[in-house]
Amino acid sequence: MEKPFPYRIYPIGDQALTLDFGNLINDEINRCVMALFYWLKEEDLHGIKDIIPAYASISVVYDASLIRKWAGNGSAYAYMEDYLTQALQPLDLQALPSSRELRIPVCYHQSLAPDLLELCQEKQMDLDEFVAIHTAIPYRVYMIGFLPGFAYMGSLDERIVAPRKQTPRTHVAAGSVGIAGVQTGIYPFASPGGWQLIGQTPMTLFNANDDQPSLFQPGDLVQFEAISIDQFYQLKNKPS
Amino acid sequence: MGVRVLKSGMADSLRDAGRFGFQHLGIPPGGAMDNVAMQVVNILVGNPIGAVVMEMHYPAPQLEFNSPALMALSGADFQATIDGVEIALNQPMLVPTGSVIKFNKPVSGARCYLGVKGGFEADEWLGSKTTNNFAVRGGYQGRNLQKADWVAFAKPFSYEVEEPAVMPWTANVRELYPQGPCYLIPGAEYELLDAASKQCLIQEAFQIATNSNRMGYRLQSAPMHLGEYKECLSSGVGFGTLQLLPDAQTILLMADHQTTAGYPRLGHVASVSLPTLAQLNAGDSIRFQLIDMKTAESLYAAQEKHLRQLKNACNFRLQEYLSND
Repeated sequence: MEKPFPYRIYPIGDQALTLDFGNLINDEINRCVMALFYWLKEEDLHGIKDIIPAYASISVVYDASLIRKWAGNGSAYAYMEDYLTQALQPLDLQALPSSRELRIPVCYHQSLAPDLLELCQEKQMDLDEFVAIHTAIPYRVYMIGFLPGFAYMGSLDERIVAPRKQTPRTHVAAGSVGIAGVQTGIYPFASPGGWQLIGQTPMTLFNANDDQPSLFQPGDLVQFEAISIDQFYQLKNKPS
Repeated sequence: MGVRVLKSGMADSLRDAGRFGFQHLGIPPGGAMDNVAMQVVNILVGNPIGAVVMEMHYPAPQLEFNSPALMALSGADFQATIDGVEIALNQPMLVPTGSVIKFNKPVSGARCYLGVKGGFEADEWLGSKTTNNFAVRGGYQGRNLQKADWVAFAKPFSYEVEEPAVMPWTANVRELYPQGPCYLIPGAEYELLDAASKQCLIQEAFQIATNSNRMGYRLQSAPMHLGEYKECLSSGVGFGTLQLLPDAQTILLMADHQTTAGYPRLGHVASVSLPTLAQLNAGDSIRFQLIDMKTAESLYAAQEKHLRQLKNACNFRLQEYLSND
């Protein structure tokens, strides 16, 4: 990287560490994170067990016994800290694979969108306008976390930004599209959840039988498309 | 060859060391909670240390061996009996066809592990055989064991056993479980705690609440606060991450932890302390002691070395025993 963003590296245990660019949701920083992710994958250092890219950070989980060997019996953490610092040098954002573009059908019918009406009332906006804004631009998948295949996307137009629910729901239906702050995302599984629910997709987002079980990958661009309730059930009931 | 579940326990599942390489897709490792006990039972029966074992909570299941087996138990003491005769933890044992293993009362610990020579057969998913209850994959059909399930051995055990025989050696596991305070490496937001909360973290007892499980332990303590509350962007967390929740209480992430989270990270339990932690029950208390990275690394290295030595000693005795017979 020519002009690196300021960052810090800190432990998240004695067998994992995080390189953190700060509390920013920013495309360029997230592209740096993904460039690091691909670089580390490519290098495939024996002893690295997991690489977790997030909005503005990347965490690396390692086997301290193996890394200690590379470190000549010195500190595994010191070795990994140095390794990550070195990894920043050859970063080439141009070499990033171009983002995949995915079109995701979403039904915003109120039977599938328990928070939409109230949100529209709060924002003094009619439903069509809200949907038009939510579907106006493609969103970047900044990271996947929380649940298998749960994509954190953004950033929302400020007119439809909304906080999490005061009290999380104990049951959110699979496929529910939610918003939280400037983020939007889809629950791949039925689960508890605190995001405001504004629609539902009929698509399966996580298929455990696939080698690549998550439909979304970090770095994807996702364009939502509004569909009717009839289309929703047609797609939902279609054998895949 | 294998065991039949005569009666299911509260949450019995097949586990290995965990599913790594997919946390970027939100898939947690989900290996054995007590990684040391998993290794010990495998060592005692002469398996690779990461072979598939059965993790049991209390009430634990009742199992019937329908072929001879070389088995061992480690971790929690649930007062196990084979055909009514009490058996000790951490000792390998030959059992004949028809032996029934029962667990009679929770004496100490939270999770007991059963290992058999050859390991248990389990579904593989994304490179690991550990159960993922959420995706319903891995382990035994992706779920906890139920009555009448038939759990096969991954490799046949071809050794004739007439009657139960306890082998004349025991793994001494005491040093593998540090007693006293739980070692904690300060987390990224530790310095933001106000002075009283920093004191609280190292001086107060943290009690494990009832709504604790393989995903995390909810802890109850005096309230703790950051000088200025800060919610962070979500980022990677791990087994042992101690997070401060908005209600001023904490949650300690365990083996089935979510892969990312955004609450302030007060600390991370050192690897050496995780097995001790995994053997605690709701109602038990934890006290934390801060340690630096260097200490954490050397304590873990010592634990690993201890396990390697145990493995060498056990392999030697087991080979000798089985060949002299």
